[in-house]
Amino acid sequence: MDFLRPASWEEALAAKAEHPTAVPIAGGTDVMVEINFDHRRPEYLMDLNRIADLTEWEVGADSVRLGASVPYTGIMEHLSTDLPGLALASHTVASPQIRNRGGVGGNLGTASPAGDAHPALLAAGAEVEAESVRGRRLIPIDAFYTGVKRNALEPDELIRAVHVKRAGGPQQFSKVGTRNAMVIAVCAFGLALHPGTRTVRTGIGSAAPTPIRATAAEEFLNAALEEGGFWDNGKIITPSAVKRFADLCAAACDPIDDVRGTAAYRRHAVGVMARRTLTWTWESYRGARRTTEGAA
Amino acid sequence: MRVNLTVNGRPQEADDVWEGESLLYVLRERMGLPGSKNACEQGECGSCTVRLDGVPVCSCLVAAGQAEGREVVTVEGLAEYARQRAAGRTPGAPEARAGESASLDAARRWQAGGTDSQTGENIELAPIQQAFLDAGAVQCGFCTPGLLVAADEMLERNPDPADEDIREALSGNLCRCTGYEKIMDAVRLAAARRSEGATT
Repeated sequence: MDFLRPASWEEALAAKAEHPTAVPIAGGTDVMVEINFDHRRPEYLMDLNRIADLTEWEVGADSVRLGASVPYTGIMEHLSTDLPGLALASHTVASPQIRNRGGVGGNLGTASPAGDAHPALLAAGAEVEAESVRGRRLIPIDAFYTGVKRNALEPDELIRAVHVKRAGGPQQFSKVGTRNAMVIAVCAFGLALHPGTRTVRTGIGSAAPTPIRATAAEEFLNAALEEGGFWDNGKIITPSAVKRFADLCAAACDPIDDVRGTAAYRRHAVGVMARRTLTWTWESYRGARRTTEGAA
Repeated sequence: MRVNLTVNGRPQEADDVWEGESLLYVLRERMGLPGSKNACEQGECGSCTVRLDGVPVCSCLVAAGQAEGREVVTVEGLAEYARQRAAGRTPGAPEARAGESASLDAARRWQAGGTDSQTGENIELAPIQQAFLDAGAVQCGFCTPGLLVAADEMLERNPDPADEDIREALSGNLCRCTGYEKIMDAVRLAAARRSEGATT
């Protein structure tokens, strides 16, 4: 095994082009487990910790460009206003020690269906900034996950950052597990209200071969909200519509039975989380509307 | 490969390090610092917790090469680290280190079995270590080093923690003997002693 230590992003891209089998390591919270357990013996291990740019973020007009190695702790501390869904999801990752090292770049690189960041990224709307010596491209988050622990990266590409839409409305994240810490999701759900475009987006984790959006549920809810004038009148969403939305979210799942839970339980739990997160975010949206109107 | 890093305030060098080796292995097997424990090797248990440039991490998940040029504090260096912090010096800063005693060599010379080390008498421990002893928060002791490093770091950030803060800060450290009540007591005790010390 060779240990590559690029001192800059350009050096890292050159090294990855020369050695496409090189495994990038940043927080190490996935890669080191595989090496410690002898599940993986990469020819080249490429340390990204010396590239300081990767731990920086920029808040733009519409989105946050989040460096691939910004640790979850940093997201929780600094980005809970701009990226509330991702900040909530970050807080559910493992433990403080892991959150101090792990970041979204690694979550995307591993592309486990159980990765905590994915539902939040799907719900908020995001693009993955991938780069190689051949150039840079932005991969829409919906097109990024291609299979169980597979993603759309080419062998010579590295994840530089993820561009996440800044929140224009309330966001929520919910995760089912046996405890509050150190737990891999049985299933997880992210939901974001986008009042600017009058849309609702979702993200489902650990209930299909890849993280997915519940697109049919989103389309149904978007139409129902529009039809009832809910974005303007701020009324409570009709319970039957909430139920239909939750059922469609459950139906979007394609889960398996495993040690953490059965497929049937996952489907049920996703429906419950869909109903709850919709209710929480909508209450928050209505509250914000009332405050705004009261002040006007 | 060779790895240079600072451990408990002293520059150290490790040779013939395998590229896939963890920082934990380097500390325990190459530097003779067995305080950080090796249990799960997957970041679940926290018993290998050390400070890496001040940040608590699981040393089993840090590749040795990633620690090149960085500052590591293990449980063996915790008392000295706390002493320097109390003296208002930046722990681990090179100028504060010259001539200080809690070196790697001193830690290597440490042996279980002496009266002092068994009882803790005549050894000035870090306040958090003393609190763990006084509260009876140590049973088999395997989780203790990681808990000490994590709890000490939390008290550094948050001198007056609520119970929820303690639980969250220690949520990555598993104890399989005692349950966590005595450990909670110990951290509360350390915080209380510190605030008493600050007001008197």
